[in-house]
Amino acid sequence: MSVRALFLCPNLQISSTTMTWKHIFTSSIGKKLVMGLSGLFLITFLIIHAGVNACIWAFDHGEMFNKAAHFMGSTVVVRIIEIGLFAGFFVHIIQGYVLEVQNRSTRKIGYEVKMGNKGSKWYSRSMGLLGTLILLFLILHIYHFWTPSRLGGLWNIKPLQPVSYEGGKEIHNLYAEMIAVFSDNLLVVVIYILGCISLAFHLLHGFQSAFRTLGLHNQKFVPLVKGTGAAFAIIVSVVFALMPISIYLKWVD
Amino acid sequence: MEHYTMNLTLKVWRQKNKNDRGGFITYKVKDISSEMSFLEMFDVLNERLIEESEEPIAFDHDCREGICGMCSMYINGRPHGPWEGTTTCQLHMRAFKDGDTIVVEPWRANSFPVIKDLIVDRTSFDRIIQAGGFISVNTGNAVDGNSIPIEKAKADDSFAAAACIGCGACVAACKNSSAMLFVSAKVSHLALLPQGEPEKKTRVLNMIAQMDKEGFGGCTNTGACEAVCPKEISLDNIARLNQEFIGASVKTGK
Ligand code: SF4
Ligand code: FES
Repeated sequence: MSVRALFLCPNLQISSTTMTWKHIFTSSIGKKLVMGLSGLFLITFLIIHAGVNACIWAFDHGEMFNKAAHFMGSTVVVRIIEIGLFAGFFVHIIQGYVLEVQNRSTRKIGYEVKMGNKGSKWYSRSMGLLGTLILLFLILHIYHFWTPSRLGGLWNIKPLQPVSYEGGKEIHNLYAEMIAVFSDNLLVVVIYILGCISLAFHLLHGFQSAFRTLGLHNQKFVPLVKGTGAAFAIIVSVVFALMPISIYLKWVD
Repeated sequence: MEHYTMNLTLKVWRQKNKNDRGGFITYKVKDISSEMSFLEMFDVLNERLIEESEEPIAFDHDCREGICGMCSMYINGRPHGPWEGTTTCQLHMRAFKDGDTIVVEPWRANSFPVIKDLIVDRTSFDRIIQAGGFISVNTGNAVDGNSIPIEKAKADDSFAAAACIGCGACVAACKNSSAMLFVSAKVSHLALLPQGEPEKKTRVLNMIAQMDKEGFGGCTNTGACEAVCPKEISLDNIARLNQEFIGASVKTGK
């Protein structure tokens, strides 16, 4: 039988499967895909957020920062993306917990001697725990900054102070709020730093894992993505952590 | 390597049958040769148990040369014991020192229920293979293998994946009891070759569907499977499996 005959052979034994969208996203690989794609989307958000944060080091008493923060809340497009962002967080968190519970239930009787770190890194096995720490941090963070800047004035929420530059329109002085939250409040600063450390380890595994889930196996790119992921995890988390630290130690005012 | 003998304490999981609760029993073994294999050490202990009119310890084994994948033992917190790229039957007692305590457990996963002592039921793997881990070939004259050109790099990757012996250590090591490394090895092995091409899409979809049905967990890319695999199947295969699955499910019309 030639190659051609093999290809024309009509009696293949493996029957074809139906693969609706529902089948795809409820399969084990589909569920990972949801985690990976939502994770990568959240990573793009981190880049923008870190960029805005870095504006405090313009040493202009927060002018550049306030203008950047104002832009992030002022246009319709950005507000629509913000809704997408909340959806992204929601999907990533809910799916993460569903998978954690499902995966944990696959071994009813455990081992007497645990495998521990033989063969895998602790943080790769602790994505649920790290994610939970990030979630707790996120709730505090939203309460600190997002709530007053977006919902200030509604119900009993205190609005942010206004500020205007060169006689322009009044915008929120988010910078002043930050100074208020972080200076002289060691506990908050420490919680923020712990949040950033959790984020670093979560990204250290998550960044490259997302690409693996999408199918990356070319050995020219795998080391590249792993390296980029490690650098990204460290740089982004350090930039985030430096913000409360800079304010607490009065490097910026 | 210098020969020595050792006295050891073994803590072995004993369980009469599927429904028995089971528990650890401690045995002392004496004068174990460093040149014995791990299974030969169990043979020595079993002979003694038989002489003492006790039930010998049930464990799976067949080839005892690292190719059949039967010898499933979780030794001191690692499937197949402390050596890398080695099955339990190829693990030698020189891996241990005089006076060591060795804890031996069966593979643990809901999809691998314990049948007796250290023997688990791995027919879930057979059902995954039945779902698509093969190629359909008409009977008749054997095809001349050399008449089908295959790219060298693909042949090498396929051959490396084909080394999987279906032992289940990947499942035993995974915190999610995921069978992804096993399935990825089988899918890669066939997907990389022209002979596997016609059934490429349905194969990956059916095998994953069966894997999910058997109750194995999802992969979170921790890499514990790759670290314990006696055939050193690469994690790259899982990424390739993901790619195959995503491609096949998107391209399938319904
Ligand atoms: S992939 Fe490795 S560990 Fe898993 S069944 Fe195959 S040979 Fe065993
Ligand atoms: S008994 Fe065959 S691989 Fe160990």
